[in-house]
Amino acid sequence: MLYEQELKTFVEGTTNFFEVAAQQPASIGSPYLMEGSPSVHEYTGVIKISGKREGVVYFTAPKAMLTVLLMKMQENDFSHETMRDLVGEVANTISGNARRDFGRDFVISVPSVLSGEKPEIPQKPGQRSFIIPINWRSHSAKLVVSLT
Amino acid sequence: MSNGMINGNGKRSYKLMIVDDSNLMRRRIERSQQFEELELVGTAADGVQALELFKRTDPDVVTMDITMPHMDGIECIARLVELKPAIRILVVSALADKATAVEAMERGANGFLNKPFTDRQLNEAIAELIR
Repeated sequence: MLYEQELKTFVEGTTNFFEVAAQQPASIGSPYLMEGSPSVHEYTGVIKISGKREGVVYFTAPKAMLTVLLMKMQENDFSHETMRDLVGEVANTISGNARRDFGRDFVISVPSVLSGEKPEIPQKPGQRSFIIPINWRSHSAKLVVSLT
Repeated sequence: MSNGMINGNGKRSYKLMIVDDSNLMRRRIERSQQFEELELVGTAADGVQALELFKRTDPDVVTMDITMPHMDGIECIARLVELKPAIRILVVSALADKATAVEAMERGANGFLNKPFTDRQLNEAIAELIR
């Protein structure tokens, strides 16, 4: 179960990431709750959470968005590996930043990355997820937070 | 601070090692740091690799991620400081809780920079380290 103030932590973390790393703010849509896992984009960075809370946080984005994000980060390597690296790093950054409010017992894993069609998100069946829609330069992505 | 060495131009230079499990982040730090006196001697993707690289290259300055596979940054910091007490270590991590920063400093880190960071923030943090 995620409380409103906790959801705000992830919204602010996402906003901060794009403002600082991408040097261009993202527009965050209204978070919504859903049963199970939402659909994902071409690349998904997954962080497993353990400790005081359990679950997953993941950032899922299309290749097109990641390509532009890499360009904004002064990168010129747009390989599959770099896309995986980036999406994992975004998930890692937002999750790690959440410890500012959640504390040290919000233990984050190293990122795992899923790509391709219909990847299996490591999530407990029936677990509810908060979806945070992200819009950046005409691209759409999602941050998904699923915690007990 | 270790004395580094005097290069061919008569200026003091320091050997830099970058440790982060993200190749993207390693490249970012390498590209963004603006200090002529820092000579990159290698990069590592986890604490185990960092220790191996340390033995080969004897860096004076290290940027260190925390959340990494095989050996995390906290343990790696402790081992590096044990091997070379004068080493200077800047933690560069997404972990934003104070307890982690305190632990890293207690283990021997000299600075802490949260991700995401701007080029300016990175260079200010490095400047503090090598001053």
